[in-house]
Amino acid sequence: MNNSLPRIAVHKFASCDGCQLAFLNAGEALLTLSQRAEIVHFTEAGWDAPLAKVDIAFVEGSISTPHDLERIRAVRESAKTLVTIGACATAGGLQALRNGVQQSAEWVADIYASPEYIQSLPESRPISAHVIVDLELWGCPVTSKQVLSALGDLLKGITPVNSGEPVCVECKRSGHACVLVTQSQPCMGPVTRTGCGALCPAFGRACYGCFGPAEQANTASLANQFKHMGLGPKDIARRFLFITSAASPFSDTGRHYLEQDRD
Amino acid sequence: MPPARYLPHSALPQLFDSLTGDGYAIVGPQARDKRIVHAPINAPEDLPWGTSHARSSGFSQLVDGPKNRCFAWANGPQALKPLLFPPREALWQINRENDGFVVEIVEPTHNRLAVIGVRACDLAALHIQDRHFLNGPHSDPQYAARREGLLIIAVNCTHPAETCFCASTGDGPEAKENFDIALTEGDEGFVVESGSPAGERILAMLSLDEASSEQIEDAASELRNAAASQKRSLPSNNLRDSLMARLDHPRWQEVAERCLSCGNCTAVCPTCFCHAEIEEASLDGSHSLHSREWDSCFGERHGYIHGKQLRPGTKQRYRQWLTHKLATWHDQFGRSGCVGCGRCIAWCPVGIDITEEAAALLK
Repeated sequence: MNNSLPRIAVHKFASCDGCQLAFLNAGEALLTLSQRAEIVHFTEAGWDAPLAKVDIAFVEGSISTPHDLERIRAVRESAKTLVTIGACATAGGLQALRNGVQQSAEWVADIYASPEYIQSLPESRPISAHVIVDLELWGCPVTSKQVLSALGDLLKGITPVNSGEPVCVECKRSGHACVLVTQSQPCMGPVTRTGCGALCPAFGRACYGCFGPAEQANTASLANQFKHMGLGPKDIARRFLFITSAASPFSDTGRHYLEQDRD
Repeated sequence: MPPARYLPHSALPQLFDSLTGDGYAIVGPQARDKRIVHAPINAPEDLPWGTSHARSSGFSQLVDGPKNRCFAWANGPQALKPLLFPPREALWQINRENDGFVVEIVEPTHNRLAVIGVRACDLAALHIQDRHFLNGPHSDPQYAARREGLLIIAVNCTHPAETCFCASTGDGPEAKENFDIALTEGDEGFVVESGSPAGERILAMLSLDEASSEQIEDAASELRNAAASQKRSLPSNNLRDSLMARLDHPRWQEVAERCLSCGNCTAVCPTCFCHAEIEEASLDGSHSLHSREWDSCFGERHGYIHGKQLRPGTKQRYRQWLTHKLATWHDQFGRSGCVGCGRCIAWCPVGIDITEEAAALLK
């Protein structure tokens, strides 16, 4: 153990574990990282010291249970800098789809054999709803390049670049065909933050919005365009209420069309 | 200039061979992913034969066109811009040494590139890009190297799209200058002219007959019809004073409510040249790569200067784009920044139409 190196922790909350793979899949960069920092807690990779004091704590997952709430407060106490990784930690995740659904208690009773063991908070919420977050990295999942670039900048003591550019900008730089203009697909690219490298449009598919709202996201106008393209209110709502359903303005536009569907 | 000649379809392979023989790599239009792209091309059969457009604001698809034509379309999302000014390119890298650091310039590459199917709108845009990148106080070495090796085979536009308005800006549909070779497509071949010694040298290798007066008249007639078929137009070629007098017009807010600030218009605009410079440092701090990439005045970064965002909302950003393109461009380049290609209209996901916005602002 080298005590002079900055100390890092990677914590998991309500999530699929996929964002932690940004570290595990980093390959050779992990060797470089091991010379630049000391990983003291990262259960998925074998280090288990959740309460250890660290310089940077990476947090995956949303706050979904009373136990999560206690843990995130302890993580915040233990870390000088707290960085959320991924849609769950940054926006509440896919599981935030249950937020505001009145029947969710009934669903628990229907789904689980012993529902008395299930203790959930009324809503799945992002880390920033409960503690101060220093940097939010969007994505479902985040990429190795994104996480290591931010980590590298933090280790050098500079503010990480965290672009909010829409996917369209990356699509055009990459020379991908616009699936909205050429195929009338309901692409979320114009309002979604890039980071994936415009992955879906590269394969002729509409963007799902995995990286959450872009800077200046005009969701009302895009939803209106979807309507002109023939999508009904429910289909429009589903485009916005998906992986980052709890992030404004996706949540606002999604709920607006959900209400229209109910009317 | 030598008289116009006639290039029958059967002689197209010879044109390709002459270009290759003269050391040129060839880029040409192809139908790919439901649009026209300019990409490396090996033979005339790879051209988009029998392809045309269905196009309107926010909509562009390929449809069947005349089988014996390969230029029965107006333009794709890009043409020359990414070939001369790539979307992302490394400029230099820095390596840390024991006693400091070493900067290595990425030297420009000098290649000969022939581009087939360049439109009059693209040539007008090229002239502007040349002024920006070459004719200022500091010529851009990367752009200059690519520009030097470029051979342009223009094709006069006989099939403008519904979104085109080059006749109104005065930039098309006929290529009048800045080309090496210009073709006008007919049913059996092309009326062909050279516009430079390099173009003439290529054509001289093909031993073509002079074009007949009938062939020349047919070509001219197609171009007259192409100009007459355009329905869109800008209110004037010089909107400088009228737009700058309307900076508080309520239309800016109206368009901002529709605008996605996604940057598609600036990415497809052949005269937009804005870029940002980025630094990517390695995790261990031993190496850093400095690049430039296309930027857009619709983005957060573009208007952010030293602690202040100069254009906080989409209203200010759209106004910046339109007033630069159509108004202050006159101060900078002595002409409008719009060449009437209509790309910003077709490739805007919500179909915002620059001609409609300009007209509404003048009301």
